Amino acid sequence: MSAAPASLAWFARHELSLFWRDWIGMMTAGRRTRGIVLVLVLLIAAILLHLLANALVGPWLANGIRADKPTLVLITGSGLLFWSVMLSQALESVTRAYYARSDLDLILSSPASARRLFAVRTAAIALTTSVLAALLAAPVVDMLAFFGGPRWLAAYGVLAAFGALATAIGVFITIGLFNLVGAKRTRLIAQIVAAVIGAAFVIGIQAAAILGYGTMNRFAVLQSADVVAHAPGIESPVWLPARAAMGDLGALATVMLMGLGALAAAIAVSAASFSHHATAAASVGQGVTRQRRTARFQPGSQKQAMRRKEWMLLRRDPWLLSQTLMQILYLLPPALLLWVDFGKEAGAAIVVVPVLVMASGQLAGGLAWLALSGEDAHDLVATAPVPPRAVLVAKLESIMAVIAIIVGPLLLLTALLSVEAAMIAGAGIVLASGSATAIQMWFRAQARRALFRRRQVSSRAATLSEAFVSIMWAGAAAIAAGSPWWWASIVPASMAMLVLLLAWAIRPRS
Amino acid sequence: MPDLPFALDVKDLSKAFARPAVDHLDLKVRAGEFYALLGPNGAGKTTLLRMVAGLLQPDSGDISIFGIDARHNPVAAKRVVAWVSDEPMVYDRLTPLEYLQFVAGLWEMPAADAERRAHELLGWLGLMPHADERCGGFSKGMLQKVALAGALVHDPKLIILDEPLTGLDAGSARQVKNVLIDKVRTGVTVIMTTHILEVAERMAERIGVIARGRLIAEGTLDELRAKARHGGTSLEDIFLDLVADHAAGAESAAA
Repeated sequence: MSAAPASLAWFARHELSLFWRDWIGMMTAGRRTRGIVLVLVLLIAAILLHLLANALVGPWLANGIRADKPTLVLITGSGLLFWSVMLSQALESVTRAYYARSDLDLILSSPASARRLFAVRTAAIALTTSVLAALLAAPVVDMLAFFGGPRWLAAYGVLAAFGALATAIGVFITIGLFNLVGAKRTRLIAQIVAAVIGAAFVIGIQAAAILGYGTMNRFAVLQSADVVAHAPGIESPVWLPARAAMGDLGALATVMLMGLGALAAAIAVSAASFSHHATAAASVGQGVTRQRRTARFQPGSQKQAMRRKEWMLLRRDPWLLSQTLMQILYLLPPALLLWVDFGKEAGAAIVVVPVLVMASGQLAGGLAWLALSGEDAHDLVATAPVPPRAVLVAKLESIMAVIAIIVGPLLLLTALLSVEAAMIAGAGIVLASGSATAIQMWFRAQARRALFRRRQVSSRAATLSEAFVSIMWAGAAAIAAGSPWWWASIVPASMAMLVLLLAWAIRPRS
Repeated sequence: MPDLPFALDVKDLSKAFARPAVDHLDLKVRAGEFYALLGPNGAGKTTLLRMVAGLLQPDSGDISIFGIDARHNPVAAKRVVAWVSDEPMVYDRLTPLEYLQFVAGLWEMPAADAERRAHELLGWLGLMPHADERCGGFSKGMLQKVALAGALVHDPKLIILDEPLTGLDAGSARQVKNVLIDKVRTGVTVIMTTHILEVAERMAERIGVIARGRLIAEGTLDELRAKARHGGTSLEDIFLDLVADHAAGAESAAA
């Protein structure tokens, strides 16, 4: 039976079919064998993650889990950590619903109801957010349900409620930004807010762990006697979500009612203005940004011209700004630990060195994508009388210079603490940023610079190997800097080299 | 008097993707000539020009630009060539002046000359009021004019344009056409593909018709008129007649 055209069900089917095709296309790239391999890889990953989760929750289950205060604090705190990431993702998706043009122009110019489209798209965001969260939490929830009883399956209901709540808050924030700062700035601010929300809670709790307990372990805070003592009483409604996750059906019904109610309210309140804001978002690209100073032509070589252009574009890239802000945010906890631990060199170095290495690897990957793949005037550069090698070298030089400027002062600060740690960090930074850049170079594919934030989608292999290599170099640097068995750093270093080799072997040949 | 080299001399050029896009094609364009390349969609015009501009590697054949072997000495050939595509590739976050500064840097122009020329070009194209605005907010027509200014700022001897008038309003299209005619008057060679046959009819000295990767007819408008068996007087009639004849010939050969 087919739904009436332009009805809610009709829009829902349209969205579902688009989502399914996009997902299948992205995962299999139209190749059946790739689909089969993917299913096998996912199955193996699921089994491994379930085994890992079993090791994690096993001792907890063995001692018997009661709804006492420490347990409620731990579940609520962990849930909040998880939810901050869900909220961040939902806010980003809601913003995209207003700005992504694809079929929006067609639908908004048709007599179909924009309210219905918005309702369906918002519900789809809630669903996607909840499903992704459920997939991530599944190993832990499944193991708890398997060994602790099916009551733990109620946690999936809590995830659905919190997915809906995150989407509702995302809608309210986006609408608020549209009204407050206008369509031109809403997208950028929403993305920065999303990034900060995603990181702030994690970083905040980590900072509390460092300041209070001198450890990077976030759970140390959630399990500490001080926090448990200061937490509200066991009967407080604050613990409703935790009780719901533990199988209290009354609490589950309340939580779901609140989550889904918030979503319904968000849709009801904002659906009417969707068309208006989406139309305003469509005209954003037509705004004029005037430079304060007229460009003065400067003499220089071809490479200098390339580097100048790259730096100018990087300086003016709003997404790069938000990504760098994120990198700096993630550097705060180790910096804090450095401050707390000043004097205990090895303790600080073992945290600071790998963070610097990891951050520079990630930064280099982003910069390399922008410079190598995100070349908006590819034809111009390709038809210029510059050998391709010179173009590549100039681009690489511009990336390395930016990394040097950003991590240079941090390295100097580290040197004040320990020259040896600074030297190890320096070597790690060179290796991690060099590796990330090499991977982006091997996997480069021409794309619009505006797609920077979705660069992960263009090549999963590049993204995964870039992250893995950075982690391995960071691990190697940490062992070299802080462990008496410094020679053991050869293990992660060899793994980094192995991944690099693998990435090189599977690089696209065209 | 020694023979002057052709601005463009293409010999036996081939390129195949799933099927042949350019099929053993020969083409000669004289220096200082305005040459229009016509053909139905998918005929191979863009593939041919992208190979000439150095954006695609041919499977076989030779490309000579003002006597320079473009396949073996691409950097030297690119020094005298400018490429403008139908999709203007301009940086959103640079102003037209910054873009031209970058282009001038790539072609190693002296900074003072480049700056003077950039201002001159932006003036000609009516872009001077927008010289300090980032290109991100520009219309398609304005972007196309910025791209054209980029192509002209380094004083090329050969300008290759692929559908440069697509999406331009009448005023912008006239500005672009005037600039191109001026360049031809100063001895620059222009090769342009277009679907606007009236433009080819009015501007081009010679017209080439390409179909299924082959040059099926070439000449002045009168010469093409003579070649078309039952074509009318307009270029549109002649073009449709030539393409239909070639398609019929190809089908009967296949049968």
